[in-house]
Amino acid sequence: MQDDEVIWQAIRHNHCSYMAKIETGIFCRNPYNVTGICNRSSCPLANSRYATIRDHDGVFYLYMKTIERAHMPKNLWERIKLPRNYEKALELIDKHLLYWPKLLQHKVKQRLTKMTQIRIRTRKLNLKTREKIMTMARRDIKREPRREEKALKAAQLEKSIETELLERLMKGVYPKILDYPELVQKEVEVEEEEEEEEEEEEEPEIEYVEGYDELLEEVEEDIEDFYGGFQSKESHLDNDDDYDFEDDEDGEEQVVIHKKGRALKKFDGNGKSKKKSKVVVEVEQDDGDTRQILKSLKL
Amino acid sequence: MGFKRKKGDGDGEEMESEVRGRPSFNTAERRNVILPSMIKNKDKRAKVYAKQKHEKKVEKQKKIKARDAAEKQALELGEEPPQKMVPKTIENTREADETVCRPDDEELFADIDADEFNPVLRREVTPKVLITTCRFNSTRGPAFISELQSVIPNSDYRKRGTYDLKKIVEYAKKKDYTSLIVVHTNRREPDALLIIGLPNGPTAHFKLSNLVLRKDIKNHGNPTSHEPELVLNNFTTRLGNRVGRFFQSLFPQEPNFRGRRVVTFHNQRDFIFFRHHRYIFDVKEDKQSGAKGKDGVAKERVKPRLQECGPSFTLKLVTLQHGTFDTKGGEFEWVHKPEMDTSRRRFFL
Repeated sequence: MQDDEVIWQAIRHNHCSYMAKIETGIFCRNPYNVTGICNRSSCPLANSRYATIRDHDGVFYLYMKTIERAHMPKNLWERIKLPRNYEKALELIDKHLLYWPKLLQHKVKQRLTKMTQIRIRTRKLNLKTREKIMTMARRDIKREPRREEKALKAAQLEKSIETELLERLMKGVYPKILDYPELVQKEVEVEEEEEEEEEEEEEPEIEYVEGYDELLEEVEEDIEDFYGGFQSKESHLDNDDDYDFEDDEDGEEQVVIHKKGRALKKFDGNGKSKKKSKVVVEVEQDDGDTRQILKSLKL
Repeated sequence: MGFKRKKGDGDGEEMESEVRGRPSFNTAERRNVILPSMIKNKDKRAKVYAKQKHEKKVEKQKKIKARDAAEKQALELGEEPPQKMVPKTIENTREADETVCRPDDEELFADIDADEFNPVLRREVTPKVLITTCRFNSTRGPAFISELQSVIPNSDYRKRGTYDLKKIVEYAKKKDYTSLIVVHTNRREPDALLIIGLPNGPTAHFKLSNLVLRKDIKNHGNPTSHEPELVLNNFTTRLGNRVGRFFQSLFPQEPNFRGRRVVTFHNQRDFIFFRHHRYIFDVKEDKQSGAKGKDGVAKERVKPRLQECGPSFTLKLVTLQHGTFDTKGGEFEWVHKPEMDTSRRRFFL
């Protein structure tokens, strides 16, 4: 019934599901195999007395099988937990496999050594950070550039940047430069005329403005007044050399309040403030002041 | 068979085609229009189709004319012109998001005050940026990094070596950097940007795409070392606001307007387009008559002109994590999941 030779003949020459033939050799995928090679002496099925070491969650167990239990597959493999210490584990193996064939003892000890080394290495590696490659569905990979292109077209970048810069110019954020102060003045005059008409309409118009920048702008304006507005400077900039500068009279560069956003007074032009440019405003000097100013403006 | 012979004639076969075109089903009554696809003869079919197209075009032109005429008339009479129809765009029909920042949000201001970017944005601290790469560098990597260095003032580049990112974060904190940018490359192209705010700022992971280096731009300009202006467009929601401020904290808050440099982060449909321009204002004669100018016919207009310089790329936010880089233990404020993509009208920034 339990003739190893017969089993081996049947398995090896006919068919063994655990056998894996690769170009480098013939391997056994049976988890109880000591060496991993498909061999007469290493086959756990064709040897009624066999031993292995298996690893479970970093703990090593010695598995042994004897012919006495060959008829009880459920209790076939006897499991002994091996100590963490390598030498002690070796001793334990010696003790349990005392009168067993030398080959098996040797192979088992070799396996123990290898597995210990692997265990050390894995634990070291887990301490280091390693990059994990995440994959994205192919449909998403293809979809993104398409959507990006469409978004780019919808964005109309140059136009929006130009409008933003123009607004800032109109608002007077930039220091007065030689060639267009006249224009700026003109625009400002025009604005001021219309401003008076517009003042009454300010309140309702606040509401449909999207984004909180609107209110913060008002804050800015107050702060502007607070700080005495911009000091106008005369700087000589050559029109021809577009990008040529002279670092001269900027002895004290004014603290330009870096801001963006529309002037409240500018509602004349943009009746529909459908403008989507939400530009974040950053002039928050004091919390208290900010809040108070905002609250006062709400009234 | 007789029909087939008649098909050969080229002209005036409306009747015939009608007869032939109309299928002998009951649906014929519903169809007033001949579907060209019902006609089997290619020659005939092409002609019928061309005719139909022409008719449609003519109709459309008529409509447009009528509309324009009505508008003109109404303007002349001083009445309200008929309302212009606004085409539906994705931005128009965007799903209503409750996290859109409103102007009167107290909570928003409170959050902003308690932000990690506050010190930089209030000019208490000048931003200092450390740029590094992933462990394996690539062909386009160094070029991109050198361009980044020219865009962001006060930035340093260090080679990566094999240091752990967390160690690098500590090192940067020790040396008083305010942000750390890691350029990640994949397949020899910069692929992702990891921006970490320091000392305990958020970590944002962006996907980088469509990178165009300065040398590949036609007629590019050369940036100077003046501090640039920032333009942040379209960051509407709370998350968007946070990201916008994050970008802001990379740059110094005192732009040098004489430098006329502008750096733009424009958000459109969750794609953040980065552009770097130099600008100049031109005075141009506006020759439009009476369109908007109430002053007169010829009006001088100021137009800004842009010259692109520096890299241009697109970013897409993948994750935003609270605190410095810690994928396992960190708290993620926002993670992109594929299930968020189910609606074409839903955006998060």
